[in-house]
Parts: sequence; structure tokens; C-alpha cells
Amino acid sequence: MILGLIPTQKGIIKTFGEIPKKNLSKIGYVPQDTNINTNFPIKIIEVVLMGHIGTKRPIFGYAKEEIMCAMGALAQVGMEEFSQKKIGELSGGQRQRVMIARALCANPKILILDEPTASIDIDGQKKIYELLKALNRDITIIVVSHDISIVLEYANKIVHINKRLTYHQLNQKEREKLNMAGHFCEVELFNILKGNSR
Amino acid sequence: MIEALSYEFIQNALIAGILVSIVSGIIGSLIVVNRMVFLAGGIAHTSYGGIGLAIFLGFPFFLGASLFAVTSALIIASITLNHRDRVDTFIGLMWAVGMALGVVFIDLTPGYKGDLMSYLFGSILSVSHSDLYYMILLLISTILIVTLKYREILAVSYDIEYAKLRGINVRFYYTLILVLSALSVVVAIKIVGLILVIALLTIPIYIAEKLSNTLYMMMILSGIFSSIFTVLGLIISYIYNISSGASIILISAICLSLFLIYQKLKFDYKIR
Repeated sequence: MILGLIPTQKGIIKTFGEIPKKNLSKIGYVPQDTNINTNFPIKIIEVVLMGHIGTKRPIFGYAKEEIMCAMGALAQVGMEEFSQKKIGELSGGQRQRVMIARALCANPKILILDEPTASIDIDGQKKIYELLKALNRDITIIVVSHDISIVLEYANKIVHINKRLTYHQLNQKEREKLNMAGHFCEVELFNILKGNSR
Repeated sequence: MIEALSYEFIQNALIAGILVSIVSGIIGSLIVVNRMVFLAGGIAHTSYGGIGLAIFLGFPFFLGASLFAVTSALIIASITLNHRDRVDTFIGLMWAVGMALGVVFIDLTPGYKGDLMSYLFGSILSVSHSDLYYMILLLISTILIVTLKYREILAVSYDIEYAKLRGINVRFYYTLILVLSALSVVVAIKIVGLILVIALLTIPIYIAEKLSNTLYMMMILSGIFSSIFTVLGLIISYIYNISSGASIILISAICLSLFLIYQKLKFDYKIR
């Protein structure tokens, strides 16, 4: 809805003070399912270059600056040596990073990720979150996730939606406390958070 | 063999074969990557209604067939974009209705009805000069559209949701791909007939897909393979006096099998 893909049933959503459609270029989006069309004959660099569509461009082919920018985005996610590979040759985690690069290509102010680690092994998940943490220094990142324990480790604000919306601001101390105890079950976790956020 | 080249209808057949091969290589690639093969089949069969209408009213084959093909492409595009889950039902329906209309129109036509088999299995040897102009026009517009709008078409084909987010008019490009498919299906019907058209739009493309890194390369390779198969098929049909459409398809199928065996062997070798 923030992206204007689905219309709202009630109420209004504004991004940067305007309707979402107007500010699409300021928001980068990484979809949940990045395993679509894995047989498609397309090079990684071309997938990333798709992030540019809609901005100024030459009539034919790709401009040099666009390719430089796309390579830069790939370097940010640590995938630059794969730029000439076919999309189907990558693993799920690598493909996820390519999709993040595609979103970064448009220089977004906000990056939205839908279940970024849903189909990735634990090592891959760690890498993705480390990457997001690094990116978070410059841009706002919104992650939609059901995996509370891993999100807690990296996020600084959490919005929990379960019929009603609960907002948590995590400070460093709380995070350390949570990390010490390792993995939490959801209910336990929310009892702690409830106590803290009131 | 060489003296055959001096006949005008053989020359026309060769030129038409190569023109259509290039068009179907480009558009076939789009059809395959967009998973539209069944849609293209529906369009091909619906256009039989247009062929019937053209015979009934006495106007050119291409006009009638294109009219029906493009109309069905527009309908299919709107169904796919609005009710994706119902697409197969509607295509099946249009497929049958188009064929039925064609049969009825031809029944209603008095007198000599021409060789109907030629529309089902192709009639490359009866290609006329005006047919060639039509094909050249289609080839040029296809190349222009695909080159100028390559990025939009690529984005819509690869990831339609993301293309929408980047502000591309997804509905327009999706419909455009289908309309181009419809037009190339019509010229391909002339070469191999409406029953075999799907093979021409898929076999060379399948081989090309396995060998390409990009959509662009896939289109070029498909065009080359398709031209080779068509010319080889024509030569064989001339030597053994068999139907050209069928021999083109069989040559393609044989090459596909050889390619698959080669790939399998290469794969086994790698594992070892």
C-alpha cells in the first residue's frame, strides 16, 4: 500500500507528504519472492539496470553512467563479480542481494523489503541482515518479517501488527539484554517488550 | 537443385521463409519468456475465423486473419490483465469459436473454396509479391519496436510487478507484445500453417534460450536457427516432394532432439 500497488480500503497513506504514486522513485522495493522466472535469459547487470527505468536514458541501449551506477549498487551488496552471470545461476540469497542492488540503483530514501529471508538458509539470512545494517547508515529500511528474534537483533524500531498496532523503540540496553538470552519465543518476548515500552 | 532457384515462386518462398523466421525468432522469444505459448496457440486458431471470412467476402487472406488475430490478442490481453485465473477457459473458448466461425464461413462460400489444407499446413510456395511486402513491413516494425522499447519490454517480461512500480505502463506493453505475437502468428500461418505454427514459435526459441545470456541474444539466435530450419526444410520438401510446412517442423524437431542429446552428454561429461 505504501507503494501504491494495492488501494487502501480505509484512510489515506502519504509518503513524503504526497500520494504514494508520486514518490515511487524515492522508495526502493524488494519483493518477497525473488525466485520468479529463474530460467529467464537475463544477466545480473540487466536486472539491476531495471532499477533505472523511468529516469532519463538514451534511446538505444544503456548509458555509461547507468552501468557505472548499477555496478556500484552491485558492489554495495558484494555481488559485482557476478554481473555478467545469468540470473538462474545464482542461489536464493545471492538473488536476494541482486534485488536489493536493483532497488538501490534508483537511490531511494526508503528501502522496503518483504520477508527478505523467507527462502534463504541461516548463513544467507545473516549476510542479508548484515548488509541491511550497513545500508541502514544512509537510508531508512523497512523490513516486513515474521522472524522476530532475528529482526530484534538488527532493527531499532519495531511495529507489531496483530489486530492492533504496537510500536516499540529499542535502545541499545534492551537489545543487549535480549541478545544475552538468545532465542525467544514470541509470547515471552512481547511480555518483556510490553513492560519496557510503557 | 540450383535450377530450382530460377523459379520465381521458389525465390519468393525462400525470401518469405527467412523473413518469417526472423520475425518469429524475435516475437517467439517474447512469447516463450512471457509464457504465452498457449495464448499464441489460441490466437492462431481464432484467426481461422478470419481466414474463413476472407474467403467468404473475397478479400486478402492476411487482412482477414490479421483482423481476427489482433482482436483476439486484445481480448486475451484484457482477460489476462484483469482475470488471470480464468485465462485458460477463455482461450479454449475463443480457440474453438474461431475455428467454428471459419468452417461456417467457408461452408457459406459458393463455388471453389481454394485449398483449405494450405491454411492448416501452410503454403509457402504460393507466396506472392504483396505477401512479401506485408512480411517486410512487419519485420521492420517489429525490429524498430523491440529495439526502441527493449528495456520496457524486458522489464515487463521479466518482472511485471516491479515494472509497474517503476512507472512503466504495464498494460500497454503487455498488450503490445500480444498484438505483435498475433501479427507474427498470421505470417507464420502462411509458411507452416496454423496447426504447426506453435512449433515454429517454440522449437528454435527453446534451443536459443539455452544458449543465451540475454533476451537480445536469444532473439538473434532464434532468428538464425529458425532461418536455417526453414531453408533446410524447404530443400528437403523440394527434393522428396513432401509438404514444406511439415518438413520444416520435422527438421526443427530433429535438430532439437540432437541438441538435447548433446546437452545431456555435455552435462554427463561435466559430472564425471
